[in-house]
Amino acid sequence: MSQNKLKPDSVDPWWVRWTLITLAVGFMLLMLALPLSVIFVEAFRKGWTVYATALTDRYARNAIWMTLIAAGISVPLNFVFGLAAAWATTKYEFRGKSLLISLIDLPFAISPIVAGLMYILVFGLQGWLGATLASWGIQVIFAIPGVVLATIFVTFPFVARELIPLMQEQGSEEEWAAISLGANGWQTFWRVTVPNIKWAILYGVLLCNARAMGEFGAVSVVSSNIRGRTNTIPLQIDALYNEYNTAAAFALASLLAVLGIVTLIAKTILEQKLERRQHASPLSEIPPPTSLEKMP
Amino acid sequence: MSVEVRNVSKTYGQFVALRDIDLKIETGELVALLGPSGSGKTTLLRIIAGMDIPDPPADGSEKGKIFFFGQDVADMSVGQRRVGFVFQHYALFKHMTVFDNVAFGLRVRPRSNRPSPSEISDRVQKLLQLIQLEGFGKRFPMQLSGGQRQRVALARALAIEPRVLLLDEPFGALDAKVRQSLREWLRRLHDEMHTTTVLVTHDQEEALEVADRVVVMNQAKIEQVGAPEEVFHEPASEFVIDFLGNVNVFRGRMVGGTLRVDGNTGHSASTPSDTSQGPKVFVRPHELQIHRQPMGAGGFRASVERINRAGVNAKVLLKTESMDPVRVDLTLDRLEELQLQPGETVYVHPTQSRVFTPDYEI
Repeated sequence: MSQNKLKPDSVDPWWVRWTLITLAVGFMLLMLALPLSVIFVEAFRKGWTVYATALTDRYARNAIWMTLIAAGISVPLNFVFGLAAAWATTKYEFRGKSLLISLIDLPFAISPIVAGLMYILVFGLQGWLGATLASWGIQVIFAIPGVVLATIFVTFPFVARELIPLMQEQGSEEEWAAISLGANGWQTFWRVTVPNIKWAILYGVLLCNARAMGEFGAVSVVSSNIRGRTNTIPLQIDALYNEYNTAAAFALASLLAVLGIVTLIAKTILEQKLERRQHASPLSEIPPPTSLEKMP
Repeated sequence: MSVEVRNVSKTYGQFVALRDIDLKIETGELVALLGPSGSGKTTLLRIIAGMDIPDPPADGSEKGKIFFFGQDVADMSVGQRRVGFVFQHYALFKHMTVFDNVAFGLRVRPRSNRPSPSEISDRVQKLLQLIQLEGFGKRFPMQLSGGQRQRVALARALAIEPRVLLLDEPFGALDAKVRQSLREWLRRLHDEMHTTTVLVTHDQEEALEVADRVVVMNQAKIEQVGAPEEVFHEPASEFVIDFLGNVNVFRGRMVGGTLRVDGNTGHSASTPSDTSQGPKVFVRPHELQIHRQPMGAGGFRASVERINRAGVNAKVLLKTESMDPVRVDLTLDRLEELQLQPGETVYVHPTQSRVFTPDYEI
């Protein structure tokens, strides 16, 4: 509260302030809020029953299930990978460290379509490993493993990206302190490291999950849109929309939109928690230290 | 003897942090490792703690070793060595209360020799009493001042009853006043507990005031080991005399068996020595006297540049005839007596001086 008082009220004239505020709010409404509400309006246009059937339809259920599988596998894997990568790059010195940090960002830089195509080239029947895997009876492309792999690729930077700057800033002195006090590696990790990074982990996992469930491009390439088998929610929405089945398409879309809004709210709460941890200065609540004066 | 460092070297890539270090620390001693940054003092402390390992031996030389109470600790982890380590930036566990921080070392013990919760509570309360933060157990580190945090860090290290206490620039992040009082407090604490303590610092005043013995380090080597008055009054090298306070450097020449100081040079000790001009003579500011008249051989003429009376002694800056600066400390009484004014010409006489002949001449 008191922080706001430190900042002087803007010295700009009122009309500049109001123009800027109107512009920002108007743009938000026009470009974001309006389209988002259209999704819900369209989804419920033909009533609750149609909405409910659209969501409980066999194909829709399968698409939801596929999405849950893809996110359910890729998020925990990327959590483990992200933590390992953040740990390795912030606590150790090794050759090729900066290369590893750059490589973590690769999925952000590469178009998802290209990512999908890469997996086809590697695991497709004409690809490097596809024939061998097929001879063992494992099908990757146009099947669940392909969808999962593509999702993992696209979402793997999220947790690592969230943790690396935080852990870099924190350094490893607290860990050293714990070790010098006799804690073993496991105790140090759970009692010292995790409490310091748990909000960042949650934040990263949340973003990772949102992206895993919403991914379209890469998954579209490797799944080949087999309805009732490899279609995830975004792919199913696309298919329904192309058939002019708008009500069903928007019903599923509303599901993803709700997920997005929930993520956004959770993200905001977590951001505040992170902020508070980093900039906490509740010194004002504390009576001034007296004991130092006691010392002769 | 508590800790013995034998033949330890450490390099990071091209950088030599420690070169053939030998050091013995007696039980119950408080030893200060003193040196500028990059002199290797913190590296030595971390190697003693086990947070860094000495270089493997070069061909033929003996392996660098650390002994605790006569026992080689090469294979002992940091935790097994039972050292209390205090970091410059406290490294308190931010998410734990003061109480939990201090209790940490006891709670992570294997169940078989972990004290009961009530024993832990008693021990922590005693330690909080010791650091004069009794009512602060429920606070979080963020709610404490820097000096309080560092005392909590010390209590946390003492909780495990360390065999050796290692302090890495413990007061470096604190302001001057707090630093001074913590310094005195640490000395009294040590006199009560007699835990063998190694303190790393770049502050010569701190080292000279707190330690039983001072280890002066420079460029990966130990320059001198000795009691504070010994390193201050009988410095073993140019580096030591220069690092432990202000010093004037003159060129001297030998005249009939006694050293004659020329007033015409005033290089700082860090400039490379030029032996063609004779040995360098080191004189501390308080070892120079100012007179109105020449007082026989050994003196030189100089003019008064600036007088600073803010302090226990007055600091007078002079310039020799060759425009080199000379610093002189005078008592305020003597200054009063002399009635010096800037621009005046005076005669400067050393009462005491030291000469270090460059190594390669010996």
